[in-house]
Amino acid sequence: MITFTVNGTRRTIAAAPDTPLLYVLRGELELNGAKFGCGLGQCGACTVLVDGEPVFSCITPVMLLDERTVRTIEGLGSADAPGPVQAAFIAEQAAQCGYCIAGMVMRAQALLERDGDPDDDAILAALEPSLCRCGTHVRIVRAVKRAARTMAGKPMAGKVEAVR
Amino acid sequence: MKRVLLLTLVAAGCGALAALAYAWHGEIAPISPPPAATFDRAQIERGAALALIGDCRTCHTAPGGTTFAGGLAMPTPFGTIYSTNITPDPETGIGRWPLAAFVRAMREGVDREGRHLYPAFPYDHFSLTTDADLAALYAFLMTRTPVVATAPANQLPFPINIRLVLAGWKLLFFHPEPFKDDPSRDAAWNRGRYLVEGLAHCGACHTPRNLMGAEIRSRAFAGGEAEGWTAYPLDAQSPARVPWTKAALAQYLREGWQTDHGVALGPMGPVTENLAEAPAQDIEAMADYLASLGAPASETATPKAPAPDASGQRPQSAGWQAAAMALPTDASAGRRVFAAACAACHQAGRPLPLGGVDLALSTAVAAETPRNLLNLILRGVPAADGVAAPIMPPFAAMDDTALTALLDYLRRDIAARPAWLDLAAAITAARRAAAPQTTANPAKGAP
Ligand code: FES
Ligand code: FES
Repeated sequence: MITFTVNGTRRTIAAAPDTPLLYVLRGELELNGAKFGCGLGQCGACTVLVDGEPVFSCITPVMLLDERTVRTIEGLGSADAPGPVQAAFIAEQAAQCGYCIAGMVMRAQALLERDGDPDDDAILAALEPSLCRCGTHVRIVRAVKRAARTMAGKPMAGKVEAVR
Repeated sequence: MKRVLLLTLVAAGCGALAALAYAWHGEIAPISPPPAATFDRAQIERGAALALIGDCRTCHTAPGGTTFAGGLAMPTPFGTIYSTNITPDPETGIGRWPLAAFVRAMREGVDREGRHLYPAFPYDHFSLTTDADLAALYAFLMTRTPVVATAPANQLPFPINIRLVLAGWKLLFFHPEPFKDDPSRDAAWNRGRYLVEGLAHCGACHTPRNLMGAEIRSRAFAGGEAEGWTAYPLDAQSPARVPWTKAALAQYLREGWQTDHGVALGPMGPVTENLAEAPAQDIEAMADYLASLGAPASETATPKAPAPDASGQRPQSAGWQAAAMALPTDASAGRRVFAAACAACHQAGRPLPLGGVDLALSTAVAAETPRNLLNLILRGVPAADGVAAPIMPPFAAMDDTALTALLDYLRRDIAARPAWLDLAAAITAARRAAAPQTTANPAKGAP
């Protein structure tokens, strides 16, 4: 049996140890934020954090995660109370179809936790493994900068912080 | 007594003067930058091809910077050296260098002003280059767009920060001789040797270095290291499971991967990116010479490819669609990790680049140290820019226990080689090197 912490709660997993984390999250734990894009570790739609670092959950068998800590986009906030990164993505309207966004947000979260004031190069490097087919990259970069400001206690002037 | 002292002093004085005379190089007078139109078109094109083989832009371009404008930090065991601006900017580049100054830098490791250059600039290889090729390289560089850029100051401790000290280093380790053809070999082989040992400076990474940072000539191509990666031996000690043939080498050098060996990673990645654009004939010649360094094909046993699994069939495709690998109930921890994380691509029965390399053939698994294998598991193989090439996602989420078990399985059961010693230390080092860097851009915040 494999046990790990997901968004602060300890969960024991019934799935076979070679099951990809993504299937366990979506199927067994009903956390549907992370998406299945390619299943090959190429697109980043399935990105979640393991011990604070982004991983492709589609190629990470749960057997590697015993006693580890997993965070998914559900752990950052809800539709009613979005976390700072989620709120910034909403404020910048960074999603088109939204399929890549959970992965982008998780990568941004990991980046901002280790670098509170990333420049463009750092943001592009951190988000590079995630592909956005809709081409919202410019807004995504803006959202990450907005989130950095909010998290540093210096929210951007002149714009609403979140649309709702 | 006085006489002896005087004589000794005079002798010492003469010695010091002789040393200074050896160490001292005069300035070569600056010129006003020659207009691009003064260079011959064909010569510039030949120079462009030679610059690709020489890998010039890899070191002389900072990350995100302009090509040839320099500023790349090169960590050496002695400190950090920054590459210089080799665009024809008159003030910060080589715009005021006459051809003679360029030739002297390439042949003797001395800049136009007469200062010794650090051997991170591999003039110990470039010195073999012919006059005509140097003139072509010069024509190519002098016709690039000038860029104003000054490299940061080198960070070297005393006394290495004194350039005159390099004269001593050169006296000990740098004895340039013009390139001579081997008359018993054909023209292609000789062309290959000229490029491999000269401009391409393969030995800068693939030859071991002594404590003073000089290549050990008697062990040419016996393997070295670069930037935290192992540069495999290219001689008969090559750990390759299938002997390198000329055709395989040519494909690898041009495309950055080869089915029976693997993918060019780490510092070799940019080398193959450059060679991809170089003239095919030159790559063939280099492959010809390099193949002659290794063990003859008959002497190396070809390993068996891994057997199909219990179902008698290999999974047909990589990724989520792949059939799960059937495991015996007593399978080792490493084999379980392999089956869950690696087999879908690496035992898919599809060769590179559509599937993973057959790990029984992988040089990284067969090599003397686990360094490259760890680097590649932790970092993956990122997608190459603009070309179809193999990729592999990183598996940094594997903890040390899983990594150790996996490497043990790959080494013993797949490659049939003795287990690596000091795996724990190697894992720690590779993890540290692969960790994401926080932004440490000194220019950050500047307008
Ligand atoms: S679904 Fe995991 S990377 Fe594409
Ligand atoms: S918003 Fe559609 S893929 Fe990124």
